[in-house]
Amino acid sequence: MALLPIEAFVLSKEAPARPPPPRGQIRWRKTLFGDAISAAVTAVIIVTALFVLPKLVQWAVVSGVWTGGPSACHDGGACWAFLREKAPQILFGLYPPNDRWRPILVILLFLGLALWTMPPRHWSVATLWAWAVGVAAALVLMGGGVFGLKAVPTASWGGLPITLLLTVLSLSAGFPLAVLLALGRQSRLPAIRVLCIGFVELVRALPLLTMLFIASLLSPLMLPNGLSIDNFLRALVALTIYAAAYLAEVLRGGLQAIPRGQYEAACALALNKWKTARLIVLPQAIAKVIPPLTNTIVVTVKNTSLVLVVGLFDLLSAGRAALADPVWPAPYTETFLFIALIYFAICFSISRYSLFLERRMASEGRQ
Amino acid sequence: MNKCESPAAIDLFGIHKWYGDFHALRDVDLTVRRGERIVICGPSGSGKSTLIRCINALEQHDEGRIAVNGTTLTTDPKSVEKVRRQTGMVFQSFNLFPHLTILENCLLAPMQVKKVGRAEAEELARSYLEKVRIADQARKYPGQLSGGQQQRVAIARALCMTPNIMLFDEPTSALDAEMVREVLDIMVSLAEGGMTMLCVTHEMGFARQVADRVVFMDAGQIVEANSPTEFFGAPQHERTQKFLRQLLH
Repeated sequence: MALLPIEAFVLSKEAPARPPPPRGQIRWRKTLFGDAISAAVTAVIIVTALFVLPKLVQWAVVSGVWTGGPSACHDGGACWAFLREKAPQILFGLYPPNDRWRPILVILLFLGLALWTMPPRHWSVATLWAWAVGVAAALVLMGGGVFGLKAVPTASWGGLPITLLLTVLSLSAGFPLAVLLALGRQSRLPAIRVLCIGFVELVRALPLLTMLFIASLLSPLMLPNGLSIDNFLRALVALTIYAAAYLAEVLRGGLQAIPRGQYEAACALALNKWKTARLIVLPQAIAKVIPPLTNTIVVTVKNTSLVLVVGLFDLLSAGRAALADPVWPAPYTETFLFIALIYFAICFSISRYSLFLERRMASEGRQ
Repeated sequence: MNKCESPAAIDLFGIHKWYGDFHALRDVDLTVRRGERIVICGPSGSGKSTLIRCINALEQHDEGRIAVNGTTLTTDPKSVEKVRRQTGMVFQSFNLFPHLTILENCLLAPMQVKKVGRAEAEELARSYLEKVRIADQARKYPGQLSGGQQQRVAIARALCMTPNIMLFDEPTSALDAEMVREVLDIMVSLAEGGMTMLCVTHEMGFARQVADRVVFMDAGQIVEANSPTEFFGAPQHERTQKFLRQLLH
């Protein structure tokens, strides 16, 4: 068969590299109205906003009551004056009003620690110690009884400090437990493997509410007479166990994604099992599961609101307690909006921070 | 053997290994002298990787005796650690630690296993990174380097443990053609420096250039072992002849 004659080609004129054509605005228009479905969705959103927003502004701003006492509030507008009056009670619960500087200091302490820990260059053993000292200081500040601070029983703690303390404590106790559970699931010893799997499966199969009830109702029955565990501690144990089970499953996913070559390289360098786990496997496994890890952390923050069933006044229950004041009309919407805003601020910050970490790791080519 | 004589670098005697029912190594004997450079070749599945992975106990042999610098490998973790401290290994897929910088990759084992101080470990790491001509990338992460660069780092990382035996498991097989040379150059200079080397590779040019002995394996056995001149010039066994014919065409 005759082949076509080959047409020789030699580059004669270089095509110079140039910047891409501008496309910023075009992309916006394309996203919103690029095709029929996008255009329809955009239109629905705009119409809904036009319908809802004016009413919302009318309620919240135009008719909103910002100052004054209980009698100033009326049906038509938002009763922000209530929040102005009750915000301390929502934020700090039944904590003695004269000592409110203590929970304020605790909140600032956690905020400061969180901000300090965010840049990865601050990750060190010293930072870990700072957290340990910070949490201990927070507990002392809240509980008192030493350094001339008036003793305040946990039953009187409340509001945001409870939410923060339960979150930080249950996560920091739950994480090491989760690491052991996840590693234990890979153990060559059947007894350890079965124990870890059993624990995780049992905890995952129970609703958190059940566990909180068990912790608060059953544990006094099982302990000898006269010995009682603090309500706060009971709730903390239940939350820790719950968080540990979920974190363990998240970590297991990360561990399974580590290629065998990493273990082999560590072995060939004579690293032992524990050092391989601590220095090679876990850091990579954690980096791989940042999105589901964030998910579990955010869920843990919000799970703390369930401790109201064991009689602890976290942020949400402190809000409900504030609403019970008979002098004021009970502005549920405003109160829950306020509380929702605080939860949102915490959870959204965590979520944005995790995105930052993911991008940073990707940009360094670590993944 | 005389007791005063220093033991062979590697002594393999009657090694057998099974994967399930598959007989991967069949009665392998091999003695590697100090400073000897051996290239192991053979078709895929012939057991050459398994053999060198048995030497640092990444795989456990089922029968036979393996001694490295006089230490017999047993199930005792101490013997395993002792052997691994004296042998460096380079893998086909580099296996650098992606979450650590190049420098940290090289510091980890000396500091954690040999308890070398930071300053000393860093000096050592820099000298080896210099040797593999990659010192300027020390602060980068493995993912930011090309395959050839990563493999050179992997060689430096192994050398940082100051092993006296280096095992190479197809070190250039995962590399693009233009990067093979840069890795082989490092291996040649290592060989010229007197390192005991055991290389599983398909690079016959490298075998001709530096090997003291070429070992040909097939179906779990050593079929032929000879000096490169004899091995390539006058192969004796018909399977060796067939393998070399296929390699050349």
